Amino acid sequence: MIEVDKLRISFGDREVVKGVSFSVPKGGSFGIVGESGSGKSTILRAMAGLNNSWTGRIGFGGQDVPRKLPASFFRQVQMVFQDPFGSLHPRQTIDRILSELLLVHGIGDIEDRIEQALADVALPKAVRFRFPHQLSGGQRQRVAIARALIAEPQVLLLDEPTSALDVSVQAEILNLLADLRAARNLTYVLVSHNLAVIAHLCPEVGVMLGGEMVEQLSAEDLRAGRTKHPHASELRALSVNLEDPA
Amino acid sequence: MLVDIKNLRVAFETRTSRFEAVRGISLQLGKEKLGIVGESGSGKSLTARALMKLLPSNAKITADTLTFDGIDVLSASERGMRQIRGKRAGFILQDPKYSLNPVKTIGSQVAEAWRTHKRGSRKQAEEAAIDLLDQVMIRNPRTVAKSYPHEVSGGMGQRVMIAMMLAPDPELLIADEPTSALDATVQAEILRLIEDLVSRRGMGLILISHDLPLVSHFCDRVMVMYSGRVMEELKASELMHAKHAYTRGLLDCIPSLTHPRDRLPVLNRDAGWLNP
Repeated sequence: MIEVDKLRISFGDREVVKGVSFSVPKGGSFGIVGESGSGKSTILRAMAGLNNSWTGRIGFGGQDVPRKLPASFFRQVQMVFQDPFGSLHPRQTIDRILSELLLVHGIGDIEDRIEQALADVALPKAVRFRFPHQLSGGQRQRVAIARALIAEPQVLLLDEPTSALDVSVQAEILNLLADLRAARNLTYVLVSHNLAVIAHLCPEVGVMLGGEMVEQLSAEDLRAGRTKHPHASELRALSVNLEDPA
Repeated sequence: MLVDIKNLRVAFETRTSRFEAVRGISLQLGKEKLGIVGESGSGKSLTARALMKLLPSNAKITADTLTFDGIDVLSASERGMRQIRGKRAGFILQDPKYSLNPVKTIGSQVAEAWRTHKRGSRKQAEEAAIDLLDQVMIRNPRTVAKSYPHEVSGGMGQRVMIAMMLAPDPELLIADEPTSALDATVQAEILRLIEDLVSRRGMGLILISHDLPLVSHFCDRVMVMYSGRVMEELKASELMHAKHAYTRGLLDCIPSLTHPRDRLPVLNRDAGWLNP
């Protein structure tokens, strides 16, 4: 479903992504871990069409992404951002936020679709006419997910979807994401610095270091400690160490 | 006793409504490391801020006892509080990006913190700043002192913040989510640094965080807060055997690398927790 081949991204003279390749089958889920500055979010932003100064190949469903993105591209690929406080328009109601995409793409049935979208992410109907500041962080992230799903995309790009949330809310959002993927056969690419979150949601994991994907392995190998690259082993050791309370 | 709090309440009042965010907290702290954990909105930051009287003007603080080293914080004047804040109790905040002045060099900011409390010459302050930067394990303190906040990484920025807080040799360090804006690798380094400095200088530490396992690694005691109340207080080493359903729930819903589960259990909040 997703093929990324020798992707290179530079900002000025600085190359931040240095030839990254990976592929994700339809209905699959691929996780990218790495520290800040390793280029993981930059890859995701290029895939979402938010930055088009890249070289290499990005393909969705067997078709290469063209330089000039057609509107139809965004019906296929949608993105959820890290901070639900920054990614929702503060002066628009949830109703307005959710209907925007439908209006842009000329999709009818707005009334029913919004109700359905809110129900899909387990938000009460009353939320529809509230403003983002009237909702909790977890509810806002649900709205962001509902907005991404309302155009019925096949691919969802998730950039640290739970790192701004409490662990209790994180669990709810992770469960929701797992359910939605199963129900709609969605394909995910998830970026996070939290190995446990990645391993929970993604059967395949790529480890980034300094703009390169230094290792790709299955979540089982990661859990069992069958890592090859020292950076992957280091990240795993840290995560395991902190996991068990002293 | 460094800090003694009994029945602390913090309420926000507007013309028409009143909301109590901290509802009767009691805690005592000597020269030890206390972790306060809880979800956002549980009142953990407010408790620490109330101790320093750093609250917005519409917040009302009441308490049976609220003392810092015997000084009554409630009746202390603004002038009196300034003798405590920074000088005797340092505050480390979440994100160094917003806590450092972007248009002044790092060295001058640390020197300023030192000079405000220690009163010395400009030259002495500069030397002290470099020594402080060295103490927080910055490898080339002279170069870093000359750089601006945007030129250093988040972890380095947080080290600088710690250096500034250490300048007046405080007796208490309050760290409010000091590492949640940092990478996991850097997170452990910073906490180890804080722990090391606190033990070496014999300070008290209040570490506020939402990350239960993390806190248990670096503190002696852990206080679990929910909705403005203390749910449970226990030794960090006994966290795994926590009894309260809330603590258990929080620990349970964290995804684990070594113990995979198909579905994460979610926290079922019990209204009974709020009526002890």
